[in-house]
Amino acid sequence: MTDIKITIDGQTVTVPAGTTILEAAKSIGIDIPVICFHEACTANALCRLCVVEIEGARLLSPSCVAEARDGMRIQTRNERVDRSRRTILEMLDSAINISESPEFMGFMDEYEADRNRFPEAKRRESPVTDDNPMYIRDYSQCVLCWRCVQVCADDAQYTYAINFSGRGFDTQISTFFEKPLPESTCVFCGQCVGVCPTGALKPKREWFFEQGLSPDDIMQLTRSERKKRRRETG
Amino acid sequence: MSDFDLTRLRKNLSDLSLRDRSDLLPALHSAQSIYGYLPEPVAAEIGRLLDVPLADVYGVINFYTMFYREPVGETIIQVCSDPACALAGSDTVLEATCQHLDITPGEISHDGKHSIESAPCLGLCDHAPAVLVGDKVVSQADPTRLAEWINGKPTKPGGHIGGDLRILTANCGNGFATPLLEYKAGGGYAGLKTALKLTPEQVIGEIKASGLVGRGGAAFPTGIKWEGAASALNQPKYTVCNADESEPGTFKDRVLMEGDPHRVIEGLVISAYAVGAHQGYIYIRGEYPTALKALEQAVDEAREAGYLGEDILDSGFDFEINIRRGAGAYICGEETALFESIEGKRGFPRVKPPFPTTHGLFGKPTVINNVETLCNVPLIIEGGAPKYRQLGTEKSPGPKLFCISGDVARPGVYEVPFGITLRHLIYELAGGIRGEHALQAILFGGAAGVFATSEVLDVKLSFEDLNAAGLTLGSGVVMVFDQSRDLRDVLKRLARFFAHESCGKCYPCQLGTQRQYEILERIASDNPKPSDFERLSDVGWTMTDASLCGLGQTAATAVLSAMKLWPQMFQV
Repeated sequence: MTDIKITIDGQTVTVPAGTTILEAAKSIGIDIPVICFHEACTANALCRLCVVEIEGARLLSPSCVAEARDGMRIQTRNERVDRSRRTILEMLDSAINISESPEFMGFMDEYEADRNRFPEAKRRESPVTDDNPMYIRDYSQCVLCWRCVQVCADDAQYTYAINFSGRGFDTQISTFFEKPLPESTCVFCGQCVGVCPTGALKPKREWFFEQGLSPDDIMQLTRSERKKRRRETG
Repeated sequence: MSDFDLTRLRKNLSDLSLRDRSDLLPALHSAQSIYGYLPEPVAAEIGRLLDVPLADVYGVINFYTMFYREPVGETIIQVCSDPACALAGSDTVLEATCQHLDITPGEISHDGKHSIESAPCLGLCDHAPAVLVGDKVVSQADPTRLAEWINGKPTKPGGHIGGDLRILTANCGNGFATPLLEYKAGGGYAGLKTALKLTPEQVIGEIKASGLVGRGGAAFPTGIKWEGAASALNQPKYTVCNADESEPGTFKDRVLMEGDPHRVIEGLVISAYAVGAHQGYIYIRGEYPTALKALEQAVDEAREAGYLGEDILDSGFDFEINIRRGAGAYICGEETALFESIEGKRGFPRVKPPFPTTHGLFGKPTVINNVETLCNVPLIIEGGAPKYRQLGTEKSPGPKLFCISGDVARPGVYEVPFGITLRHLIYELAGGIRGEHALQAILFGGAAGVFATSEVLDVKLSFEDLNAAGLTLGSGVVMVFDQSRDLRDVLKRLARFFAHESCGKCYPCQLGTQRQYEILERIASDNPKPSDFERLSDVGWTMTDASLCGLGQTAATAVLSAMKLWPQMFQV
């Protein structure tokens, strides 16, 4: 494979053709923030937090999928890039609860995002869905990164238990007609919980623990739930 | 398991040969025509028959506003709520309709016969205020005669078709779809005959030489697009007609399809021959029932006459057209979202590159062209590029359709050569400003366009002149507002449109269209917060700079242009 030479924030770097700008930047120690990107998932370039400015391009480019081309000159931080990143973070913070994600809270600090930038903004409120013995779903913390839908489908498990409901701002992750997970094709592999970047998908025990229950109570509760389910399905 | 008799559904799907995921939208339309809505057992059966995961079926039903999970009235009344209709009093029409039926939007009338929806632009701006009662268009809906039109009494059609030229629109405006014989009598299908005698390379050469660029809004050179798909190595190839016209203020494609469907088909067949495609699709927006019928009928006629099917006109070239009906999602006018929709998925735009010419429909090389673009094709092939270039300007050759709506005497579609002035279009063709007020503003290019004032009346309508003036031709929209209008209300409606139509995939648009709407709602109700101007500006530029597709990238264009022209309008 041929090598190409690009300039990122004034530093020249040589990378193999086909390298994304995100990877190229990382190779010289420049960390570009991401939300939706996960190494194990198909990159969809949807959070747009990783946008960078490529000299000569009309718009900002998502570095997670944009491939470096020979001679490219890239800026990963400037006023324009920072405005987009900061505004995206402020809008996200005004829509959902990201306080349980230290990583995103760190981004908020780094980009000097104002936690009250959007007063009286509509939020994506949603009650906690507690419909199975394994994990809870709290979509008021969901950033819609799509990772759970992808690992449930072609990126890993081929189970297709979840997809979307709604559209636009009101999009949410959903089973068929919002049925409880045990009535879906979910096999409780836990991959979705593993890739969730926030507290939206959480193991049941962890959630009980946060509710102030003692480890003994938690064992008791999850055991009886498991039994109950076995009786129901058996 | 269910109270629903699924035998009719099974029979319909089998009769229509609907068997895989790409048949999902037709299957859902078919099921809804049987049951009135899409209850769970019906959705589950469709998933089983087409082998689509149930969660995905639900995801698709949820994406498209014309698919219903709950029962609706036998006839759905859609009252347009977007700018042109709002200027003409659509709020009063909606209110009167609700009062008449004693329900609110989203509810079913007590006799079960009707439900009411406040709809985004129906593409009937020349009929403002427009209402769709089931499949019937109510033109200039008069709230005092509601009892008549609500029960299907036809209204006198509004909307003018005129201009300095009548080439593309020669057969439009007669109140019916021009049948094949008449189309042929006027020289129809001569372009196809000529094309089939040329090599595909020669056809592409002629289109390139004509200087034709896309008429859907992006103005990409058509010949270059065709060349890209023709030279792509992958097989099979597809050609697609983008008839999902839904930009508020745009209705030219509807007029072309309703009046002269064969011209669209002829253009599409020529494009297929040029790139080597044997299967084509026409994707029509769900709110265009009349255009859908016209095209379905024309495709049948064309097939019978040998313009479609195997060995077209003894040339050895085979080509078939599949018509797809959208289901209420503006985003599906974005080319990659349209492919996703044909493939039976939610209309999420794809990341580009790769581009459709190499990775389009079903991941194969695809050319996708707007209706008006395709209508230019027979003209170019038949008369040759030099003759075509005699119309218009050096850099913008050919005829162009403009959709004029709002406060003009004669809203409608006007065909002109590129290069006439805006003044000529508004004052001489469309009859000037309606009523006693003076011109306040013009919205160019639709909801994704830019505002301008009377200062630009002498600008020439061509790509190069509009560009130089910082304006955009977009899809050919000219929406006119007189001095009595509150532009803040117009902006609020545009913002609401984008918030409603954002697919929700990328964050800047998913969140930004909602926040933009909230801020403009405050401004329109005279209740802005301190710093709303800066907030609106940051949201707008973030959507413009960082969104994934054209919808988000232009969702703030009109707003940002208004902020530049009239900053005081946005302040306390």
